[in-house]
Amino acid sequence: MKYTRDPELIRKVLGKKVQFILGDMACVYGGILAGCSFFGGYPITPASEVAEGMARMLPRVKGTYMQMEDEIGSIAAVIGAAWGGAKSMTATSGPGFSLMMENYGYAVMTETPCVIVNVQRTGPSTGQPTLGAQGDMMQAKWGTHGDFEAIAFAPSTVQECIDFTLEAFNLAEKYRTPVCVMADGEIGHLRERVIIPDEKDLKLIERAPATIDKKKFIPFTNSQTRKSKVPDFPTFGTGYRTYVTGLTHNEKGFPATDKQKDHEKLVKRITSKISDDADKLVMVEEINLDDAEIAFVTYGATARPAESAMEMGRKKGIKIGLLRLKLAWPFPEKVIHKLAKEVDKIIVPEMNLGQIVHPVREYVNGECEVVSAPKIGGEMHLPNELFKYLEGK
Amino acid sequence: MKKEIRICGFGGQGVILAGFIIGKAASVFMDYNAVQSQSYGPEARGGAARSEIIISDEKIGYPRPTGVDFFVAMSQESFDTYRGDVTDDTVIVVDPDLVKKHDIGKSVYKVQAQKIAEGLGNKIVTNIVMVGAATAIFALLEYDAVKQSVLDSVPSRFKALNEKAFEKGFEAGKNAVKGL
Amino acid sequence: MVEIKTAEELNKKYLREGMWPTIFCNGCGIGVVLEYTLWAIEELGWDMDKVVFASGIGCSSRLPGYINADGLHTTHGRAIAFATGIKAANPDLNVVIFTGDGDCSGIGGNHFIHAARRNIDLTVIMVNNFVYGMTGGQSSPTAPIGSVATTAPYGNIEHPFDICGIAKALGANYVARWPVSHPYQPIKSVKEGLQKKGFSLLEFLAPCPTAYGRRNKLGDIKKLWKWYDDNTILIEDYEKTMNYGNEKEKEEIKNKIQIGVFQDIEKSGFFEEYEKLMMMLQEKKTTGEKK
Repeated sequence: MKYTRDPELIRKVLGKKVQFILGDMACVYGGILAGCSFFGGYPITPASEVAEGMARMLPRVKGTYMQMEDEIGSIAAVIGAAWGGAKSMTATSGPGFSLMMENYGYAVMTETPCVIVNVQRTGPSTGQPTLGAQGDMMQAKWGTHGDFEAIAFAPSTVQECIDFTLEAFNLAEKYRTPVCVMADGEIGHLRERVIIPDEKDLKLIERAPATIDKKKFIPFTNSQTRKSKVPDFPTFGTGYRTYVTGLTHNEKGFPATDKQKDHEKLVKRITSKISDDADKLVMVEEINLDDAEIAFVTYGATARPAESAMEMGRKKGIKIGLLRLKLAWPFPEKVIHKLAKEVDKIIVPEMNLGQIVHPVREYVNGECEVVSAPKIGGEMHLPNELFKYLEGK
Repeated sequence: MKKEIRICGFGGQGVILAGFIIGKAASVFMDYNAVQSQSYGPEARGGAARSEIIISDEKIGYPRPTGVDFFVAMSQESFDTYRGDVTDDTVIVVDPDLVKKHDIGKSVYKVQAQKIAEGLGNKIVTNIVMVGAATAIFALLEYDAVKQSVLDSVPSRFKALNEKAFEKGFEAGKNAVKGL
Repeated sequence: MVEIKTAEELNKKYLREGMWPTIFCNGCGIGVVLEYTLWAIEELGWDMDKVVFASGIGCSSRLPGYINADGLHTTHGRAIAFATGIKAANPDLNVVIFTGDGDCSGIGGNHFIHAARRNIDLTVIMVNNFVYGMTGGQSSPTAPIGSVATTAPYGNIEHPFDICGIAKALGANYVARWPVSHPYQPIKSVKEGLQKKGFSLLEFLAPCPTAYGRRNKLGDIKKLWKWYDDNTILIEDYEKTMNYGNEKEKEEIKNKIQIGVFQDIEKSGFFEEYEKLMMMLQEKKTTGEKK
């Protein structure tokens, strides 16, 4: 049975408009609202609840849930499903995310829209399975081999797990690329109130299908029907007879493995289709920055103790503000550079030994002091611990 | 207003559900903000399990509790494990049959939740009895909101049983006497 | 419709223009497997707009590139998992996987096992040439004991992987193995496999004179083809001899590679069961999660 998105059925399955749910479950809601009709996954703490939620809900909205044999198979099936015409996603955590890296690159290279939720836990290796971390932020950006542009969200609330998963589908479709939702064990296993957006308020971006004459269609080049570097999508079975390969390919899709120019042209197009839009893609929240002398630059779960610490600081008269990255990649280069000119110090708290602090330093480019505020071991920073950074420790 | 609640017991006793019901009552059936987090022992059953809820009328930043205003314990192990940071201001509720050694030099409310549940014919609703009792003792959330949350959170065929468990628990909580 | 009589007409109808020459060496058996597959499709009269070919990495995995149809040339070993997703998204498509012995039984073994176990409606055509040909002749999991490869310079000491045996044990609906040296049974078998609902495996013993033959005194293609005749035995003959033959006869055949159709059953597959599950849930009209 081929899936068609049925808003009424989706509402019935999701239930009440206001609920108190897990962050992991909220990722399920976001996917289902977006019209996800295929989920391939493999159990892993702390992301298993996403698979469990999908197993419960997807067959009810007439989508397909499959527990695959491993994470490699999961992402492979997700990519295959996209070529079969589905919006598709998977969810995992560190070890599984590592296993997915090769096919993450395949999705990039073949311009396949799909969504990967990573409920981050500590690492390296098996680490602390039940405990949250933000140690895979660089992996989302650099984890697969070769050059690529990543798109990755970082939800700080359970509501954002819905909103960002849904938006991840939108960007995946818009740019024809895999999009990551970099949640973490803290948010994934937190329950909070969510409000399920009404159908009329949803802004869904749908895949641009190939429509032009089959003989004139060129599958891997700028769109032939719109002004865009993102080609129209020749869904399998629609008669376009497209050859899709992870090898360097020419515009027609055929291997061009020994041709420098073809490789450069292809990789520059699939990176610049995203980087050209970097300014449009900025998604940040700014709090108390107007008069700030110090700013937290933060994301995901860590933004929450940072906000608490900011409030403590404000009560003591410290001019502290906060910039939260909702979308970590592409990195909001200009926003950071502008902020650096306005404040004396930027503090970057992260549940890792310092990852996002690196692009922050790069784009601050000496305009202000940058302090890394790392914490590892599966516990969030306490507001107190971050407050100490405001007093200069 | 910001209150931090900790409910603990042994795994399988339903402390997560109890916390979930309280969090939902506050944030879905009333207008508070609430977050609920949890931690388990390594096993799904047995061991000490803990569910923590923060209820606030303001935005909740840091989502883990930094103290404990209300402490509910339904097993000795969890009581011993998780009471380290209780203060003289902490409201403590225990089931004295399950937490026999509860004399820590502080007054506690005693609610025989398991016994009440057994009286209703099923020990499994001990947690809901405790939710009822806590609702009365904490006087933090409205009776109706918590009851609605209970009914919204349990399978339909067990609604009547859970409703009764909540009501009996609330009554027991109202009448509970604070003592050493 | 024009009736196809010759291989040339067949190629003209089914292959992409402008993709010649192929990457295959002289004497390679992969093209033969393609030819058998196309004959089978021709006889079935399939609409090529509704056929998708998926493949992994290796010489045989290059086949979809030559066929004028949708093709997904994926990562090493993963084609079956990708194909599972394609089929899930659009059950109307006929999904065929070309894979090699290394791709399928080595790096992709786990995906193969689970797709067979789930009885996913796919047709897997595994070209077994005992060697990693594309990378220059390393030993593969199906290589016979004693065979020489760049990574088995003193002869292979590992027991070969019987991919048909495992598919049969997992309950795949259709399992067959044929050498490419005789056309009729393979074409018939491919037809059966393609039509079969559920998981079908067709293993082809196909020569690789360049990477395997040369190192194993079988560089001459005629010798390789003869090797298949000398070292294979029909499953029916094998069983007859093992049941009724004398010790000498049994000894003679016991190490031969069995060929033929090993399994041909009707068992419901994953998507049929999933469809039933969906229907049941629609009838129950149950709501989503409670907590």
